[in-house]
Amino acid sequence: MTDRASARASRESITGRRSRVPEQVFVGLCWLALLVPLLMLAVLIVDVLLDAAPRLSWEFIIEYPSRIAERAGIWPALVGSVYLVALTAVMAIPIGVGAALYLEEYGKRSRLAGFVEVNIANLAGVPSVIYGLLGLEIFVRLAGLGPSLLAGACTLALLVLPIVIVSSREALRTVTPALRESGFALGATKWQTVRHIVLPIALPGILTGAILSMSRAIGETAPLIVVGAAAYVTFVPDGLQSQFTALPIQIFNWVSMPQQEFLVNAAAGIVVLLAVLACLNAGAILLRNKLQRRNLA
Amino acid sequence: MTASFRACHAAATDAAYVFAQMKRKRIGPTNSIFILVGGMAALAAGCPNSDGERSGAVNVDGSSTMYPISQAVAEEFRAETGERATVGVSGSGGGFTRLCRGEVHVSAASRPIKPSEREACAEADIDFIEAPIAYDGLAVLVHPDNDWVESMTVRELKKVWEPAAQGEITRWNQIRPEWPDRRLNLYAPSVDNGTYDYFTHAVVGRESASRGDYTSSADQNVLVQGVSGDPNALGFFGYAYYAGNAERLKLVAIDDEDPGTHDGPVRPSADTIQDGTYQPLTRPLFIYANREALDEETVEDFVEFYIGESAPLVEEVGYVPLPASTTELALERFAERATGSVFEGGSQIGVSAEQLLKGS
Repeated sequence: MTDRASARASRESITGRRSRVPEQVFVGLCWLALLVPLLMLAVLIVDVLLDAAPRLSWEFIIEYPSRIAERAGIWPALVGSVYLVALTAVMAIPIGVGAALYLEEYGKRSRLAGFVEVNIANLAGVPSVIYGLLGLEIFVRLAGLGPSLLAGACTLALLVLPIVIVSSREALRTVTPALRESGFALGATKWQTVRHIVLPIALPGILTGAILSMSRAIGETAPLIVVGAAAYVTFVPDGLQSQFTALPIQIFNWVSMPQQEFLVNAAAGIVVLLAVLACLNAGAILLRNKLQRRNLA
Repeated sequence: MTASFRACHAAATDAAYVFAQMKRKRIGPTNSIFILVGGMAALAAGCPNSDGERSGAVNVDGSSTMYPISQAVAEEFRAETGERATVGVSGSGGGFTRLCRGEVHVSAASRPIKPSEREACAEADIDFIEAPIAYDGLAVLVHPDNDWVESMTVRELKKVWEPAAQGEITRWNQIRPEWPDRRLNLYAPSVDNGTYDYFTHAVVGRESASRGDYTSSADQNVLVQGVSGDPNALGFFGYAYYAGNAERLKLVAIDDEDPGTHDGPVRPSADTIQDGTYQPLTRPLFIYANREALDEETVEDFVEFYIGESAPLVEEVGYVPLPASTTELALERFAERATGSVFEGGSQIGVSAEQLLKGS
């Protein structure tokens, strides 16, 4: 009697009706966890779109900023931001991926390597203003670049470098050692193995890290202000030495103007920034998916 | 130059070649990324700038108060001459630092240059030309539902804001017994703001000396939000911010109790700020131009335009232009290239820009 009862109890505890309730609650909570941030994002986007609606037009994108809110556009800031991100990517991604490759594939496990690793992780958490001050001293003053597009991009590249390194290393670690060993077994050199086996497989993951780091770079304001990005420029940057402004700086300036109409411009600027970000990410994701499919084939 | 140009050219052809090969499927995507990134890096490093060393623009930096004026001037200057200008917002102090490092041509300031900043300029061998541009009033404001305050004396303002008031003066009836026994909530710009410096100097008597228990913000729009949403609020900020939000705020008239000036309380307005009756909370705004940079024709034109033609723009962005006679004087001083500051003895309260220029 007691045996049977306990057997039934234990069966119920595994498959019985009672045990389904906690699971359903858990799934519900997970849904909630997914829904809350999505809902908040939707509310934010709808809110900013509603605010921006009266000002969003083609003119707003291709006009220069102005003291008259209705006439003001965002063109120099938009071009500045696109140049900045492109330059940052060109500098940060090759260096970051190279550093990650060295640390993962070539570097020996020494105390120095451990020290370097800890510091890279620490650097990822340093506030961005600090990078701005570093950039001001090294690139703007010592290297004599002045408050130029190149100095801004160098500073942003430093800022995102730790993120690129850390995420690239994670991606390289997902390549199973068996694949490397089969490369060696076939007589491939270390370089050939890395080049033809490890990198292609890790590339989608590396690109994900690159997307994240570029998204961070495009939204940064503080380091650019420290480096000397102008708040208002009457021209589009035409070279690496050119002075520049960027989208977040323009938005920040509009928010702090005395006239209320500029708040609408700020909202429209945010929409443009979001759109640029979405385009960048979409491009990178397309590229990643293409590479992933090739890996599977 | 030729070498770097060649490198640049090579990188560009490199990229074009990769694209062509990719189309023919000779190079896989991984390879192409390698080559492209390398090519772009070479492009970034090697391409000469079409304009050479400087980008040839007039550089202005300085106070956030001056930013709307500088922006308007740069915009109109571009419209009239096609020349380029940039405007930064490093604050008055930041603007002077960069002027004395020779990094900018013009520094726009909401206060006169300080002796320490003058020394920094002298050490770097940088002469500057000073010119008043406009007046700005500091408005004292309450919530529109506040029906008890019409005016305040400077002495009352001091009683509220001096450092000793911290934690002591917390209710309206402590300022004037006939005012209601309600909480007193204070709003003011943050301490790194020139507006705060001027207010404390004019009211408390010592720059940057005030109580600390108030709501502060570097963005004066936040203060507008604060005062317009709090019936017990008392705040101060730039008159331009009041002018942009007049229906949500109530101005307080200020009485300086000085028999030498206008009798009784004065409300800030374009007129009372310009003719100097709104005292002591009216301050002049300035630009400081690098004397040597004026040898460049563009910079000279820009500064002359800024001093001589900015009056309508000043009004448009919410500040108060100088009387025409003061602008004349400033232009004369500019034409003579009179260097140095008329504020050698430090900043002064309640003196018109014209008196200062004549006295120098």
